[in-house]
Parts: sequence; structure tokens; C-alpha cells
Amino acid sequence: MADETMTFDQTPTQDVETQNKVASAERAAENANVGAAISRVDGPLKVTGQARYAADFSVPNPLYAHLVISTVGKGRITGIDDGAARRVKGLREIYSHANKLDNGSAPFFAAGGQAQQSWEPFAEPDVRFYGETVGLVVAETILGAREAAAELVFEYESQDPAAVFSASGVERQEMPDKSTTKGDFDSAFEAAPVKIDSDYETAPNVHNAMELFATTAHWVGDKLTVYVPSQWVKGFQVGLAEELGIDEANIEVVCPFVGGGFGGKGSLFTWVSLIAAASRDLGRPVKLYVTREQGFTTASFRAETRQSVRLGAAQDGVFQALEHTGEELTSRADNYFVNGQDATIRMYQADAIRTKLTTVHADRQTPGFMRAPAETPYFFGLESAVDEIARELDMDPVELRIKNDTMVDPVDGVPYTSRSLKECFRQGAEAFGWSDYTPEIGSKNEGEWLIGWGVATSTYPTQMSPCTVRIHLDVSGEARLQVASHDVGTGAYTVLTQAVADELGIPVEKVRVELGDSRLPPGTIAGGSISTASNVSAIMIACERIRQRLGLERGGDNDLAAAFENFGQGGIEEYAEWNPPGAKKNAPKTLYNGKVTIVGGPEESYTAFAFGAIFSEVRINRFTHEIRVPRMTGAFAAGRIMNAKTAKSQYLGGMVWGIGHALLEAAEVDPRTGAYMNDNISEYLVPVNADVPNMDAIIVPEVDDKVNPAGVKGIGEIGIVGVAASIANAVHHATGTRLRRIPIRPEDLIQA
Amino acid sequence: MKPFRYQAPGSVDAAVEAVDPMGIAGQGGAFLAGGTTLIDLMKLHVVTPPSVTDVKNLGLDTIEESGGEVRIGARVTMAEAAEHPIFVERAPALSDALWKAASPQLRNVATLGGNVLQRTRCPYFRDNVSPCNKRDPGSGCAAIGGINRLLAVLGTSENCIATYAGDFANALILFDATVETQRAGEGPRQIPFDDLHVLPEDHPERETMLGDDELITGYRFDLPDWARRSVYVKARDRESYAFALASAAVALDLDGDTIREARVGLGGVATVPWRAREAEDFLQGKTVSEDTALEAGRIAFEGAKGYEHNAFKIPLGRQVVAKAILDAAGMDISGASDSGAGGTSATSEGAN
Repeated sequence: MADETMTFDQTPTQDVETQNKVASAERAAENANVGAAISRVDGPLKVTGQARYAADFSVPNPLYAHLVISTVGKGRITGIDDGAARRVKGLREIYSHANKLDNGSAPFFAAGGQAQQSWEPFAEPDVRFYGETVGLVVAETILGAREAAAELVFEYESQDPAAVFSASGVERQEMPDKSTTKGDFDSAFEAAPVKIDSDYETAPNVHNAMELFATTAHWVGDKLTVYVPSQWVKGFQVGLAEELGIDEANIEVVCPFVGGGFGGKGSLFTWVSLIAAASRDLGRPVKLYVTREQGFTTASFRAETRQSVRLGAAQDGVFQALEHTGEELTSRADNYFVNGQDATIRMYQADAIRTKLTTVHADRQTPGFMRAPAETPYFFGLESAVDEIARELDMDPVELRIKNDTMVDPVDGVPYTSRSLKECFRQGAEAFGWSDYTPEIGSKNEGEWLIGWGVATSTYPTQMSPCTVRIHLDVSGEARLQVASHDVGTGAYTVLTQAVADELGIPVEKVRVELGDSRLPPGTIAGGSISTASNVSAIMIACERIRQRLGLERGGDNDLAAAFENFGQGGIEEYAEWNPPGAKKNAPKTLYNGKVTIVGGPEESYTAFAFGAIFSEVRINRFTHEIRVPRMTGAFAAGRIMNAKTAKSQYLGGMVWGIGHALLEAAEVDPRTGAYMNDNISEYLVPVNADVPNMDAIIVPEVDDKVNPAGVKGIGEIGIVGVAASIANAVHHATGTRLRRIPIRPEDLIQA
Repeated sequence: MKPFRYQAPGSVDAAVEAVDPMGIAGQGGAFLAGGTTLIDLMKLHVVTPPSVTDVKNLGLDTIEESGGEVRIGARVTMAEAAEHPIFVERAPALSDALWKAASPQLRNVATLGGNVLQRTRCPYFRDNVSPCNKRDPGSGCAAIGGINRLLAVLGTSENCIATYAGDFANALILFDATVETQRAGEGPRQIPFDDLHVLPEDHPERETMLGDDELITGYRFDLPDWARRSVYVKARDRESYAFALASAAVALDLDGDTIREARVGLGGVATVPWRAREAEDFLQGKTVSEDTALEAGRIAFEGAKGYEHNAFKIPLGRQVVAKAILDAAGMDISGASDSGAGGTSATSEGAN
């Protein structure tokens, strides 16, 4: 921690009884591979407002900054009229390309660097997209900064942007090295007796985390402390050092709590070095709050995709040929892509497989990570197509998926470390009541409600990263874990507490976990569902060494006081590095340079994925055409589960977001300007409580002793994958209308 | 937000004297009640009043009934009105329209005087950048040809297609209410609610017939017994806390299955709170059926004009009107005063 030590008032067991009332928790409790369903150790801090998020940290005598964003979608700044702005009381400075701050650029994250985009704001007068940061106003008060920003007039020489797929000025870039080919797709598809060939579209999505973006920079001499919402404090530290041209040892990045990350806080925001440089220039700490509207364009987003799936099957339903192609929008300068076909082609057996990826460069901001970045859009395509061919085959969609299940990766021919897809479908189907499914369109309708059921496969690659930890244990039995990993609301504080308690044989109340500070041993980026597997694997090494040195037995009835007596010290500390198999030997060392190494998913000798099955019921009012999801069941098998309660929360959170992805979320781009016209949470809708009345997530027991020492597969992302397809498939069952573009909206179901 | 002068006079007379004339482009002073529109737009610099006159010390916060006439003070909050027994039991369309609007937090502060004056959510009005005849008269309308899914299909002009976004007004309009107002140097004025809002036509910047210094002090209307048979159906993208794609307020005076009189109000589809009088005329004397209800809906949208993304509102609105008629007809109002349930649980099942 930067300037304080946090202690958690841990209340681990009081509500276990309540929890046990929940059916899935009961199922979990019977399973030895599922950790105790304790409540979040940081819950009391959060609900009492004591948890300090990045913007909550006080600094002495700060100035306040406000971003100025472009109001044209492409062009050049030709002049800035700052007369009125400079008359605003308390104004300190206005920065732009015209009086550039003393900062530079860092490499783009998708090219191995840290920055959210490859170009540096203020480096030139060019405007590359609508809503780009073009100015920074600093004043004595936040209201003064905003007022002055509103008085600033930027003059532009504007050109028509090409901001959407259909615009004539976009540039297509084919990515043959990202394509996969197995067998002869063309012949196999031609020969297949049953086939479908369909196109799908997904909309641009914006993270819209509850916690707004913010940055505070505080210099003391040449030492800089930065408070910023971050899923990667080490990377921010390294990238910022490069941008500011200073030694990274002089930078501390602090972010103990994140109010929702979803991938949107994983790469270094362009404004962080602006704020640090402005603070250096003005000799005072500077605080920035980014507004909700500005958050739509000044950070990353999930880009729209266009996909095509061709799927051929034998009469008995055995898949013979699968082709999945995708087009993804990206910025003019950066070639960001997610290439989710690399996961979709590993779901089902097929002899002939082909993928193709094209990026489409447009006048928009650079996209970035968002929950299950690759799988969320591409499983809408694949799992819709599987439902379509189930209709053609006149087969039950669950049965068809089970029929094409495979224990060998169909692309690489290597085994899965474990794969419990069948069991997910079995348990999910039982809980949902799938045996009552009747395939005829509209056969479930009641009164004015059109009712449909849909199903889809869910998955996420099991990925791991090098991780370093430090653990201290003292004679009183108190342990402290320090690692620059993150709890982005997922429950990392809690499950890492449990892991340390478990490994050292001490109560969870005796464990303190410190995260989210770049001065701690470098941990994992909070992304790719890597955190738990990687951190717990490192914790296991450190704890084993502590046990060895103290002569403790794992799981034994140890006398800690006696052990320390023999040891001859009052405390013991271990630093450990874990490097996942498949990573380069020096990967933990390069972690100190902010390098992200991620292994897993498809590897040379194995393929590692978690699997799930999503069952949805939709109801569509035949008058209002409102589409609701009154009921959804997800069943997931993801190896060892550290905590049944936080795990269930992760699954349900993903499923709820999936409803939004399927029915609500779309950033509406005006093609004339490139502007997002619903840049607020009143018109960019996400589900509210009333939209999720009856959701259940089942933890399907699974033991995977190959995937990593912790046996953990990661659960942060899988919950959303497949949800959109299961809903679209249910809409088809209810109405007979096959909708291949999400979000699906009432107008899609209205016959004029 | 631009700095502004704040004042909170202690009487209606003092308030209307104190307010700076607002001016057509909203650059004069403003009255502040719940502030759920005003403060929002001030933060966006869409509205920049030099002074804000808070009405918090003016009373005007009661709902009363005498001799069959209901009087609502302008400072009654949406939440208070939504749960008031007069509306819950005897005019459920009004209660429903309030319950289905906004969120509890907003309903707790937003007042009915301010609610009917809620500004549009048109994104081109709110962005403070695009051409917008409402915000910057004569600059054009970027919504036509732009992203207009949520915008209006009725009452539009070539200068503006901004939707009136509220709900309560679309139900209040059923009851031939009178708006009570006051302006500086004049006594109270009575305005038929139907006349309060004006169509955009060539002057979208002008939204009501209120003078710059005129304050809504309340509403009054007679509450007929058949108002018990009234509903507010609101179609929206999600189940709660969303603006209407299309909504319909319907009250029916039934004689068995025959409609003696019908009132139909529309929301989410028009530039102003909308009374569908032709549909009402059509329904008079008809027997309730789905076909009749759909025909009334069709008539309600005769003359509607769809744009690139919002043309679906015409068939959707038609069916929302039909559902509201069927739901109202299906209400059991014999025991309404006992149950207090109003029309919230009514469905049209069985009327198919």
C-alpha cells in the first residue's frame, strides 16, 4: 500500500448457512474441489465506503484538470480561441498540441507495449476520431476547469470520417497469418448433405464501469505517485516511465480497488502521462475526473464485428466442415483484433476447418480488451449457426452439441487438459428443465407472450501468466501476502486470502492481502481470466517453502509456536516466482519490465479451456414486442473453484452482461461524424435488476491436475460467452425469426 | 457548469418577479424544482441560465380533492403522486405513468410542475455541438438523417423531430386538465393542458405557451368514475428505467362490452404529449375486440412519419395502443377501491 495498511474485518462463516440455501452452493459444498463460500473479505470496507478507489485518495493542495475532446471525426485543429476560457476564475493552464506538455509515447499494448494506442495525444494538430483528447484544462477547482473547457473554442479543418464498416473510406487488411486451415474445407462443405451459410453482426460496446476513469498525479521531488484505476499497475508504471522519460523506480502506481474493469482499465490511458506532465509543469498535484461521456471515446471499447459461418453436417448430425470468418473494426493506426475464430473452431469435432480474419481500419479510437474479448462476439456467430443447423437436421440442439463433443482439439490433435462439456449440458439441462423442450416454433407460447427456449455452448481458454509473490508469516500466526495483482471486483482479495490460509493452515482471519500497488512484487494483469490460477500457483510455492523451513505439514495439525521456537526467529518471509510451463524461462524476470506473458488455451502438447452450457428462456410480448429473459441457467466446469460464492457471482455477472450484449448494448455511431450519439448510461442501456429475475449458475465439479499446480481454470470471462446466442436461439424458437445481428431489439420482431 | 445566481424566494409572487426572463434559447433565468432536467442540461452547458430561482419555499406540495375535482400542487413529487390513493385507486393510468418513469431516486426529487416541462433526450440537442434548431434556432436538424431511433414520428416538422420524453403528461392529457400558472404583474392564469405544449413547426426552440417568467403552480381536473378503468402501457428496451419506445394511456367508459367513451394519449412517439382524438372518436360506440383495438391504433398513427431508425414506432405504437385498450377493457374495477391494485396487473389475456 502507498500510505496505509489495510486490514479487513473478515466475516468468513456467519452466512454460510444462508448460502447453503442456494441450490448451486449446496452442490458445490459437496465437492471437495470447491472452496468455502465465504463472503468477500473486503465487503465491509466496500459497503461502508472505506474502500478507497483511485479517485478517493487525497493529495495536498491539488489542481483539477478537465479533458477537452474533439468535436469532429477527422481533420486538423487550425486554431484555438481561448480568450473566454482564460478569463475563467482560477484557470491555471490550457494545454494542447500548441503548447505540448513534456511527455512522449509508449508502445501500443497489442504490440507488446503498455499504451492504449500507438500515437501520442497533442503530438500533432491532427484529429483521428470524434471524441479524441485534444486539450487539457487545469484550474483551481473542478467546476472552474469544466467551465473553462466549455468556453474553449477549437477551430477545425474537417474531413468526412469513415467511421463504420459501410463507409467508403475504410481500409481492409487481410490477416492470413492469423488464419487456420485443416483439411479441405471447400470439398467437405460441398459434399456435406446438410449445411448452413449465414452472416452475423455484433455491435460496438463500451465498458461503462460504475467507477469513472480518473487520474491523480502527485510529485514529491522527482518521485511520482499516480492514483489511477488500473488492471495492470506494473504495466502502467513501466509505460508511464517511458512516456515521461524518467526512471520507473521513481514511479508508484496505486490502485487498491477497482470499481469494475471489464478490460477497460488494462492498457495505459493516454491522459495519465498528460496529468503527470501537467503536474510536473505546474508544481502542484493534479486530479482528473473523466466524465461518463468522455469515457466513451477516450478509453478503449469492444469493436463491432461482421462474421460469416459455413457449417456442413452429415444426416446424423456429425459436423464435417466448419468455416468461420470475421471482420473487425479497428482504428486507422492500430491493428487491434481479437480473432475469436481461434476458439470457435476448437468447440466441436470436424475434419475440415478454415478461418479467415480481416481488420477494417476506420476513423475511430483504438479498440481494446472487453470481457472475453474474442469469444463474446464470435460465439454469437458460431452458436447461432449450430442452432440453425440443428433446425435443418431436425435435431435437439443439446443432443447435437453433445454429439459433436470432442476430447481432442480438432485443430491441433492434442488432448484437452480436461473437458466437461457434456456434464455441463447434463446438469444445466436438468436444472433448466430442458426435457420439457418442444422444438416447434411458438409451442411454448402463453396468452400474449411468445416464449422460446435456447441453448448455447460457453467456453474460455485457460490462460496463465508468470507471477511473483511475497508472503510473510509471524509467530502469532498472522500472514501477509503482497503482490501487484488486482481485485477488479472479482473477489481476488478473498480467494487469495483463502489460498494463503489453506496452504499455511491458518484461519482466513489471520491473512492480510495487499494488491494494486506497483511497489509490490509484480503480479498478473487482471485479464484473460489468469489471475487466480497464476497467483495461487505462486502462493503455493512460497507457502511450501515456508512450511519446509518451519517444518510444517500441509493440512497437518501444526503447532506454529513450537515451529517458530525451533526456527529461532519471530517471523519468516518467502518470495516466490511461478512461471507457467510453456512460458520463456526468463518470463518472471521480464515481468519486472512490465512484459505480459500469457500462455494456455491452445498449446503445443495440450489445449486448455473451461466449458459451460447456457440455457435461456425469452418472453416476447406480442403487442409491445418487448424481449425479456425471465430465466437463465448457466452450468460451468472450470477446474478447482476457490470460493463457491464469489465464483457464482462471477458467472452470474457474466450472464447478466450477456443479456445486455444480446438485447441492449450498442454504441450508436453517427456515420456522418463518427460520434457516439448515446454516450451516457441513460441511452446506452445495460440490464437492470428487473431484467434478471431468475438466474442460476451451477458449479459443475471438475478436477484438472494438468492445467496448473492450482488446478484452477479461471472464471472471470466465461459467464458472458454464448449468452447472446442462447437468447437469439430462444427468440427464434419463440417467433420463427432468425436474428443474426445483436443487439436484438423490438423493431427486429415487428412486421410492419 | 457556468456560474449562476441562485435565489429562493418565499412566495409565488416573489418568485415570478425575481426570475430573469428566460428567452427562447434558454439563456435567461430558470425556475428550479427537482432539477432533474435543468441541472443535467446546465452541466452539459446546453442551458446556461444566469440565475436560477428555486421554488422550494413556495409550498404547492399537496394533492387535494373536493367536489370531484382534484388539485395537484406543482411541487408534488413524482413519487408522492405515484402512490397517492386518489391516483392508485381512481386513475391508475396516472399512477402507472409515474411508476414506470425514471428511477426511485429521480421520482423522489422530480416534481410534477417540472415533469411536464422535461426537455427532450434528443442526442443532437444534448451534445451542444450538432446543428439543432431547438438549441440554436436556424442551425438545422442533425437528427433528421442521423441516429433517430428514439425520436418522434408524430407532430414533427422538417425542423425538428425531438421526442417529448415524459410519461405523466401523456396520461394527464386524458383528463382535460387545467394548468394553473402565474407570471409577474398578473394574476393566476388557467391554460388547458392540451394547449400547454406547442408543436415544433418552424420554431422548435419554443416548446410551451408559457411566458418567460411564468410558473406552473398546479393542475386541476375532474376525476370521472370511469377513470378507474385506465392504464398506461409503456414499451421499452428494458424492464425498468428506460424511456418509452412507444407508450399509450387509455381510459375507457364501458357499457358492457360497448365503449361509451374512450380517451387515448400517446408517449415516446410524438414531439409533444399527444391526444389521439381520431382514435377516440372511432372507438366511441364500438364493441371491444382486438381488431377494433388495432384499428384504433392504426388511426392514432395516421399521418405519422417515420425516419431511418424510428419507423418501427408506427406499427409498434399501433399495437401498444391496442394492448392498452384491451388491458383497460379487461380490468375488473368493481372492487378497485378495495384492492387498490389499479391497472398495474391487468393483462389482455382472454381478449385475444
